[in-house]
Amino acid sequence: MAASTQRVSRYTPQEWRNLRLGLLFVSPWALGFLLFTIYPLLSSLYYSLTRYDLLRPPVFLGAKNYLTLFFDDPHFWNVMYNTIYYVGISVPFGVGAAFLIANILNSRIVARSFFRSVIYIPSIVPAVASAMVWQFLMNVQYGAINGVLRYFGLPIIPFLSNPGWAKPSLILVAIWAQGAAVVIFLAALQDVPRSLYEAATVDGANIWHKFRNVTIPLTSPIILFNLIMGLIVAFQEFTVPWLLTEGGPMNSTEFYLVHLYRNAFEYLRMGKASALAWILFLIIVVFSLVIFKTSARWVYYGGEK
Amino acid sequence: MTTIASESGTRPVTDYRRDTGHRWQTVLLEIIKYTVLIPLTASFAFPLYWMISSALKVDSQVYTVPPILLPFPIHPVNFIEGWQILPFTRYAINSVVFYTVPAVAFTVLSSTIVAYGFSRIRWPGRDSIFWLVVMTMMLPWAVTMVPLFITFKWLGWLDTYRPLVVPALFSHPYIVFLLRQFFMTLPEELSDAARIDGASEFGILFRIILPLTKPALAVVALFRFLWAWNDYLGPLIYLRDENRYPLALGIEQLSTRANDVGNFSNGIPYLMAVSTLVALPIIITFFFAQRTFIEGISLTGMKG
Repeated sequence: MAASTQRVSRYTPQEWRNLRLGLLFVSPWALGFLLFTIYPLLSSLYYSLTRYDLLRPPVFLGAKNYLTLFFDDPHFWNVMYNTIYYVGISVPFGVGAAFLIANILNSRIVARSFFRSVIYIPSIVPAVASAMVWQFLMNVQYGAINGVLRYFGLPIIPFLSNPGWAKPSLILVAIWAQGAAVVIFLAALQDVPRSLYEAATVDGANIWHKFRNVTIPLTSPIILFNLIMGLIVAFQEFTVPWLLTEGGPMNSTEFYLVHLYRNAFEYLRMGKASALAWILFLIIVVFSLVIFKTSARWVYYGGEK
Repeated sequence: MTTIASESGTRPVTDYRRDTGHRWQTVLLEIIKYTVLIPLTASFAFPLYWMISSALKVDSQVYTVPPILLPFPIHPVNFIEGWQILPFTRYAINSVVFYTVPAVAFTVLSSTIVAYGFSRIRWPGRDSIFWLVVMTMMLPWAVTMVPLFITFKWLGWLDTYRPLVVPALFSHPYIVFLLRQFFMTLPEELSDAARIDGASEFGILFRIILPLTKPALAVVALFRFLWAWNDYLGPLIYLRDENRYPLALGIEQLSTRANDVGNFSNGIPYLMAVSTLVALPIIITFFFAQRTFIEGISLTGMKG
C-alpha cells in the first residue's frame, strides 16, 4: 500500500511478480468485465441512439428515442408511474416488515429456526412456481381467498383483474418473498452486543428506547444495504408481473422491465429498449445516490468513518 | 466468520424474575409477539401449503365454496399424470445437464481463482480494482440485456444454453465478493509457509486454501444452483425451441395449456403438482443445508 501511494511507481521485483500473478488470477474477471459489462454498456448507449430491428442495420437517430419517450409517449409515463408506485410501496414496506419480523425472531422465542425457515422458504422457491400458486389463490372465480369471502357472503376481491387491485396484489406477492432480507437482518441483530442492551436496562430504558437508541443505530448499515438492494431488484421486477398479469389489466401492471422486454423481444425495437434501459440505469443510480447521501444522517458506522 | 443464530430454538422463554420492574411490559410483549408471529408465519406458509394440497385434489375438489383445506381422498397420481402432459423429463434434463450443472461448475471454478487474486496475493492497485467488482454487483442487468442478446444472436447462440452458461466462465461478481470475504479470514502465514516451501500460487489455492474453505464453496455453489434452477427471464429470452426448454418455461407452457378451458380436466391440480415437483429440489436442499443457506445469506449483508 505504501508503495502505491508514492507516485514513484518503482516496484521491487517481488512486487512486479505479485502484480503479474494477481493480474493473471483476476484475468477471467477482467475479460468478462470487458466483454459482458463494458462492451454491452457502451453498445447499449450506441443502440439507444438508433432505430434497430435486428433485420436491417441500425439507423442513427440521435436523441430521438429519448425525446419521444419523454415528450411524446404517454404510455412511457404510465409505465413510470406504475414502477414508482410499485417500488415506492414494496421496498419500504418490504424492508420495514422484514426488519420487524427479524426483531421478533431475535427476541427469546420458542422454535426460532422453525419460524425463520417458514418465512425464508418463499424467497427461494422458483418464482414461476410461486406465480402459479398466487395466480390460483387470487383468482376471482375459484381462488381460495375469494372462496372464503364468498362462503361468508362478503364481496369478492378482483385481485388481478381490477386495475386498482392489481398493483397492491403484486406488492403483496413481493413482500411474501422478502425472507432473505429477514435472514440478513436477523444476522445483523445477533451481532449487536448484548452488553449494550444490558447497559440500557440499567439506565432504566424501556423496550422502545432500546429499539430506538440501540437496535436501529447499530443495524442501520444493514437497513441501508437492504433498501438499496431491494430498490435495484424492485425496479427490475419481471417474472411475477409477467406471469400473473402480463402487464394488465389496462396496463396497470406494465412495470419497467415488462415494458422493456416487450419492446425488445416482442416488437424488436432494440433502439427504444436500449434507451429505456439507460433511463432505468440512471434512475437507479440517482435513487441509490439519494439514499446514500441522506444515509450520512441516519446510518451509524461505529468507530470507523 | 460470523456467528449464526444458535440453532437451538428451545431456550426457556423469558426469565421473568430478572426484570421484575418491567414484568407487565414483558408479559404483554410476549403476548403481542406470538399473536403477531403465529398468524404471520401461517400466512407465509399458506401459499406453499395450498400448492401441495391442491396438487392432491381433482377438479371437483378444486372448485368448491368454501375451499377444501384438507383434501380427501387424495390423488397422488396427479404428480405422474401432470408430469406426463408435457415432456417434463426432458425439461428436467435440460435444466440440470445443460444449465444448472455447467453454470455452477463454471462459476465456482472461475470465481474461486478470481477471488484468490483479489485476496491472497498483494499487488499494487488490487483494492481499487476490487471496487469495480463491487460496482458491477449493483449494475442493473436490464442495461446489458439487449446488447448481449444482439451479440449472442450474432454468434448464432440463440436456442442454445451458451448465452446462459458461457459468461459463468468469467466469474460472478457477487460470488467473487463472498469468496473473497472467506479467503481473507485465513491467516497469511498459511500461504507464506507454503511459498517458502516453493509452492506455486495455484498449488497454494488448490492444496491449502480450498480444503479449508469447503463450507464457503458450498455456500456459493448453492446460490448459483438456486439462480440457475429458478431462472426464468434468461431462458425466456434465449430459448424458442420447446425441446430445449428448462423446467421454468415448461411450467409456464403447462399453465397456458391448463387455462385453455376444455383442453383437459384437472388442469389446476396438474399445474400445482408440477410446480411442487419443481420447487421440491429447492425445499429439500434447504432442509439438508439450512445452515449453509442461512450462513451465506447472512454474509451478504456483512459489507455494511
